[in-house]
Amino acid sequence: MTDTGSNPSEGRASALPSFLWKAFKLLLTVAVTFLGLLLVTFLISHVISVDPVLALVGDRASKATYDKMFIEMGLDRPLYEQFWIYIQKVLSGDFGNSFLTKKPVWDDIARAFPATLELATLSIIIGTAFGIPLGIISAVKAGKPIDQFVRIIGLIGYSAPIFWLGLLGLLVFYAKLDWISGPGRIDIAYEYSISPGTGMLLVDSALQGQWEAFRNAFSHIILPASLLGYNAMAYIARMTRSFMLTELQQEYITTARVKGVPEWRIIWVHTLRNAAVPLVTVIAFSYGGLLEGSVLTETVFAWPGLGLYLTNSLQVADMNAVLGGTLVIGAIFVGLNLLSDLLYNVLDPRVRRQEGKS
Amino acid sequence: MTRREWLLSDAPASRGQARWGQSYRTWLALKSNRLAMVGLWIVIILILIAVFAPVLSPYDPVEGIGGLRGARLEPPSWEHPFGTDDLSRDILSRVIHGSRITLLVVLLVAVIATPIGLAVGTASGYFGGWVDVMLMRITDIFMAFPRLILALAFASALGPGIENAIIAIAITAWPPYARLARAETLTIRDTDYINATRLQGASSLRILWGHVTPLCLSSAVVRVTLDMAGIILIAAGLGFLGLGAQPPQPEWGAMIAGGRRFIIDQWWVATMPGLAIFIVALGFNLLGDGLRDVLDPKARK
Repeated sequence: MTDTGSNPSEGRASALPSFLWKAFKLLLTVAVTFLGLLLVTFLISHVISVDPVLALVGDRASKATYDKMFIEMGLDRPLYEQFWIYIQKVLSGDFGNSFLTKKPVWDDIARAFPATLELATLSIIIGTAFGIPLGIISAVKAGKPIDQFVRIIGLIGYSAPIFWLGLLGLLVFYAKLDWISGPGRIDIAYEYSISPGTGMLLVDSALQGQWEAFRNAFSHIILPASLLGYNAMAYIARMTRSFMLTELQQEYITTARVKGVPEWRIIWVHTLRNAAVPLVTVIAFSYGGLLEGSVLTETVFAWPGLGLYLTNSLQVADMNAVLGGTLVIGAIFVGLNLLSDLLYNVLDPRVRRQEGKS
Repeated sequence: MTRREWLLSDAPASRGQARWGQSYRTWLALKSNRLAMVGLWIVIILILIAVFAPVLSPYDPVEGIGGLRGARLEPPSWEHPFGTDDLSRDILSRVIHGSRITLLVVLLVAVIATPIGLAVGTASGYFGGWVDVMLMRITDIFMAFPRLILALAFASALGPGIENAIIAIAITAWPPYARLARAETLTIRDTDYINATRLQGASSLRILWGHVTPLCLSSAVVRVTLDMAGIILIAAGLGFLGLGAQPPQPEWGAMIAGGRRFIIDQWWVATMPGLAIFIVALGFNLLGDGLRDVLDPKARK
């Protein structure tokens, strides 16, 4: 990510066409990747799945019903034709109906999404707010006890299963200490007092001035968001440390020191500003990683988001819902990676990304 | 000349001596890293526990003690250091036997995913052109899903069970190894010794298998070690969601799921297997971290 082979011969005049060409190539890559995502979910649902017809009609259905369903689902056609039909369906927002909720999967996902977005956003705020200062401190004090301490904190974050931490957190902070509210997003008493808006309860209740409800929603979200944020923090702190160490070795830092710039200013202004460029991409990337953690976290905290929807569907082998959720999460993940690449290009004028970078 | 001097000699007299010397230096560097040694010990102890599980575990991991209601949900005591679960089973014995499942998963995933990654990566790097574009596109697509999510989708399509969970995790684990092997292959593809082999008339397959792959192997092994903690956590996550090992198998993730209902009043049922996952994952992470510091000089600052 940090290779910055700048090419001085490439003048300002050629910058725009090369940028357009780059954008075109990027779009093509994204389109191919999306097609690939579709192919993967298609293969899972049509090829390696245990009989999808049987799952729908049940094992007591007659041969005639089975055959009728088989043809109705288009399973008698060649695979490439099935894939084509599948692409058309997905692109028009038709993910099929959920076996569990009996509603279109797309509607279910749209309803669950704000809850996940809210959780992930608060988590990334927590992760960034703690991760960057910790990373800076451990870079400045590299090798000292505080550096080791931050490293161990990070390793614990990498090693503890998040669903286990969630259960322990509920045990300690909810059952024993009673500092927070339990599973779910909000107490039933407040559930219908907030009129739907963005679907994010913290935002909606704050906009509507319902501070009681806001406090209640906050006491529900804080533990799962902290746990997810802890995971993000471990990664962000590690990357911040390494970026800061790279920057601190640069000559402009030496120049600043020689000029007599105070050390705090060197670290928090000069170095951080340059380390911030790759950091933005790291944060965008770990935002995508939160989607992964949210599946297990939402399950533990009965948080009605995308992750819980996915795991509930898993339990009953509701493949339409599982693959719809997988596809949406995959698409968001790709989008975030693209965003982080774009941000990197926009923020760092030196970047001329090399061909065949791996 | 002592053995140590022989190993650390500046002028090794044979290829074997050079190799042993290099390994010995790596070992010395690793040994000086205290955290890495803690990790190594955890992994060694895990292996020992897994090997001697039937001897070490005081009770049967599957059968309840004195019938289903004999010693139900008993808190930790001298008799049952980790307590018992809702089916009167000794949790310590189950955790000990669970180490076998964890090791099995990690080893099988490594054995399945590493060759796939190496094959794809070396072929991609060696042939270049369209082969490279196609293979790397496929690799990117697999990396476009968060790993756990893709493993969930595969595992749920294949149906629950430890074998399917292993396959699902392996399917999601190979892409980083392919990337790595490709990058390594690109650097050695045009070296003189590969060209010499080619001029001698060796087939592409022979060059890839006999000359390129062995050179990629060591970095792949390091990468797999680094990944092991992640594999353990994904396996535990699948088990927790009911997609991995099925009851009554003592899989740690599934044990946490089983103890979830009792978390408030009988905390030990879910806590103890979670502690086992945590310690083992920490061990692999510490070891992997140390290995990376030793073997990848770029990361050592």
